[in-house]
Amino acid sequence: MKKAFDIFVKVLISLRLTVVLLAFAIIIVFVGTLAQVDEGLFRAQSQFFRQWLVFGLDLMGWKIPVILPGGYLIGVALLANLIAAHVYRFQFTVRKAGIQLAHAGVIVLLLGQLCTDMLARESVIQLFQGETKSWSESARQYELAFLSDAGSNAQNVVAIPAAALRSGAVIRNPNLPFTIRVERFWQNSSPAFRAPMLQNGPPAATNGVARNFDFQPTAPSTSMDDKNVPTALISILAGDGPLGDWVVSGWTGDDQMIQTVRESYTQQAGAQMAQKVIQQLTQPQSVVVGGRKFTFLMRPRRVYFPDDFSMTLLKATHNIYPGTDIPEHFQSLVRVKNPRSGEDRQVLIYMNAPLRYEGLTFYQYQMDAGQATLDAGRTPSSVFQVVHNPTWLTPYAGCVMVAMGLTIQFMFHLVGFMSKRKAK
Amino acid sequence: MNKKFFQKWIPPFLAAAIGLWFVVQLERPREETFAFSKFGGLPVIADGRLKPMDTLARDSLLQIDARQTLNLQPWLGWPKTPKTIPATEWLANVMMRGDTANRWPVFRLDNPDLITFLKLPGKDLARHEDGQHYSWDQIAPSFEALDRENTRVANVEAAHRDAYERAVLKAHDQLVLYASLQNTLQPQDAGDWKTQLADYQAMIPAGVAAVEAREAGKKYDQAVFNAFGNDLQEFDFMRQLGTPLVIPPENPPGQWQRMGAVLMDAAKGRPIPPMVTDYANLGAALRAGDADGFNSAVADLRALFIPAFSHALAHTRAEVFFNRMQPFYNAMIIYVLAGLLAIFSWFNLSETLRRCAVWLIALALFIHTTGLIYRIALQGRPPVTNLYSSAIFIGWGAVILGLVLEKFHKNGIGAVVASGIGFVTLIIAQNLALDGDTMEMMRAVLNNNFWLATHVVVVTLGYASTFVAGFLGLIYVLRGVFTRTLDAGTGRSLARMIYGIVCFATLFSFVGTVLGGIWADQSWGRFWGWDPKENGALIIVLWNALVLHMRWGGMIRERGLALAAIGGNIVTSWSWFGVNMLGIGLHSYGFTEAAFKWLSLFVASQLLFVALGSIPLRLWKSAA
Repeated sequence: MKKAFDIFVKVLISLRLTVVLLAFAIIIVFVGTLAQVDEGLFRAQSQFFRQWLVFGLDLMGWKIPVILPGGYLIGVALLANLIAAHVYRFQFTVRKAGIQLAHAGVIVLLLGQLCTDMLARESVIQLFQGETKSWSESARQYELAFLSDAGSNAQNVVAIPAAALRSGAVIRNPNLPFTIRVERFWQNSSPAFRAPMLQNGPPAATNGVARNFDFQPTAPSTSMDDKNVPTALISILAGDGPLGDWVVSGWTGDDQMIQTVRESYTQQAGAQMAQKVIQQLTQPQSVVVGGRKFTFLMRPRRVYFPDDFSMTLLKATHNIYPGTDIPEHFQSLVRVKNPRSGEDRQVLIYMNAPLRYEGLTFYQYQMDAGQATLDAGRTPSSVFQVVHNPTWLTPYAGCVMVAMGLTIQFMFHLVGFMSKRKAK
Repeated sequence: MNKKFFQKWIPPFLAAAIGLWFVVQLERPREETFAFSKFGGLPVIADGRLKPMDTLARDSLLQIDARQTLNLQPWLGWPKTPKTIPATEWLANVMMRGDTANRWPVFRLDNPDLITFLKLPGKDLARHEDGQHYSWDQIAPSFEALDRENTRVANVEAAHRDAYERAVLKAHDQLVLYASLQNTLQPQDAGDWKTQLADYQAMIPAGVAAVEAREAGKKYDQAVFNAFGNDLQEFDFMRQLGTPLVIPPENPPGQWQRMGAVLMDAAKGRPIPPMVTDYANLGAALRAGDADGFNSAVADLRALFIPAFSHALAHTRAEVFFNRMQPFYNAMIIYVLAGLLAIFSWFNLSETLRRCAVWLIALALFIHTTGLIYRIALQGRPPVTNLYSSAIFIGWGAVILGLVLEKFHKNGIGAVVASGIGFVTLIIAQNLALDGDTMEMMRAVLNNNFWLATHVVVVTLGYASTFVAGFLGLIYVLRGVFTRTLDAGTGRSLARMIYGIVCFATLFSFVGTVLGGIWADQSWGRFWGWDPKENGALIIVLWNALVLHMRWGGMIRERGLALAAIGGNIVTSWSWFGVNMLGIGLHSYGFTEAAFKWLSLFVASQLLFVALGSIPLRLWKSAA
């Protein structure tokens, strides 16, 4: 037993293991880059980097039957290798101080990235000029939200993550006086208007939006820019039996997707028709149970800000270089209001100058402003990426440690080399 | 006279002679008739920045014809000398004498399928067709078909377009660019623009009255209404085509305007600025073949920029001088010369040749550096802002590293590395310049000098040093296999150089890559996003770390180190160019056929050298 452990330690601290892991890292990074051409960044990432083992490759039409360690496995193994080497092999000497510092820096980086991977949360917030929000929204995930009046301008919200909606699932929540049964669920869907004169099949449900729209299932998207818009057919059951079927779709509760639909109908049928279609698409759906009215919709998952602080977009500025449409500068003037601390101040957020506040960081992300926006009659708006990442400082520390370590080490070499030459 | 004397004096003498050759070229060309070079000094705003007509001319011609001068008789092969004209003369004609310029064979098309699609004649020297260069008038009958094809191809995902489809997009871009130049100063195909302009000016009150009367449902002069409407339609087209901005505001803080916009504003009662009339005079003189009139119109135009836009004139003068200096092209030629001398020095071991090479490299580096600093000053940016300038900077860094190696080892190896990489990177830069303005404006995300100066510069130095190590590896293999010059001492010294440079490369590529991550964290909130370019840089770091660890672990020695360093060339070229060709990610600059071909060739050649270096030692000439 002791012997096996010794061999294990010997392998774990060996330089050969480092070399093998580095070689695998090169392979997996390369393969993961190529795969992005067909798979898209998002899928390639989860297939190769956020993965323990990769079974078989399918690159640009070539199928290669191999098993490779994934990014997680390589990262964790490198980390173990490094830490073990530090504990067992490295002896602290002044001459080796640089090497040790550099490796410690790599450990900090790897650990930091591992933590980021587990802890960091990203969301976005879109604000039109003058609008105030105290939440951000997930860019990819949806939730089925049930809203009910709680008096004095307050609302009760029960949100069910879309991930929990599977065909056949039965959902009960102590705060809801009814049960939800998911009849069907599509991860991605596209809407079609049920024009009265066309040959339509029977509607998926006889209530609400389903009377005017069909939502067809479509293949899940892999690209970074497109997102999957889910649709579910649910039935709501109270104690005394079913209350009916409804279709809930991201297309009706996500402002971004609604805008897409509006643009497409404006192009096809003009602004007036588009407005009518949108009105039907976004008509609230609700159910009354026990005298309480519950409005429900499928919307992007919301993340409420800590302390209920809010953010208002005061002004969005978008400069372009003269005579071109190349963006030169975007900036958003926002107002941050925190009822808890009584804070109320204006902040300028622009590219490379995010706002860090209450553990969240707000980055200028997209913008619809400037002359072109005003000419098209749209209200200027700004989108911020909101990131919660408690370990954001680790790369800074790691970088400094490695840079210093390597510099010290190479200085030793260089000085040694020079003095040898002098001695000659 | 002894050998020492030659050794001491020939190298500086040679460098001085070549330096003189460079300086002599800087003199402005003498123009007996039309002062097109003065026309080239007029300021315009194109691609979002102030530049001289000269730069607009050269960049446009590069994009359309892949040359900086126009060959009017491309069908004439060696040894006949075809007639060529400078870019500014071509531009002046496109802008103001379209009927002539439209017959010049300026569009370079390489894709045979596209040539067939456009129904263009193939190579037929007797009919003055070289099968590659075509005029606007020749392509014109197929415009509609090309436009439809372009719309179709634009909807194909970039990563999935084939060679023909990419050629369609490129040809379409070339034609759009040409059309925007045609409409920069006057409506395209305007015959006598000076008269048309005067008529338009005179017609404005009557024209406005006719429009107003028509809107009010009253009687109006149909002829005036039509003529006025036609003019305005033409001007609106000029405005919408994205033409360069040629009319400065009356006072500096205002906006520059397109000619079309100014002409349309005149209908609203705005006065027509004198510059418009002067440009019309310029065009009239050019059409009439009146050189004196042309030159005095250019002088009038220049005078209008003073005093409010004196700074613009100063900027364009500096840039015109820079264009004429062609520092990178000239440095490239000197690097070739130096490289040849240095290689010869290995064989007869002549110290004089080696010293000549070092002196020439120093001269070329001086010119290279001058160009680099000049660019920094013109652009107000750190040295690396795009792929083009990265090539120039990688070359610059590698040349300095090579010279440092040469200083320490004095065996001609550093000199070959310096001149070799200097030459290759500048050739690459020459080809990248075909994409248009090399001093393009930085998009909002990149519009940050701090990160451009740190991340980009450091990561580029990482590329440069990895290439230097790889080049040393190549020298090790080539000298070892094919010559007897790789003795034990040289081998050891090469290995030591490679090791030192790989250490250096590790430091720079690591710090550069992490700084890039930190920049991304500052602008998007994510340190690492697995973007292809990020991954490419990461692979360089991993590769260098791998090489160092293999060396430390004794898994590779002298030869292995050399071979591994050659592998570094592959990895670096992948990161530098390969990832951009995938057509995805944040750093995707588009795919060019030629670049892909060269990259594949380069990678294949490096693999070949690794294989060559792996043959048993007894087959090496140096081992015998």
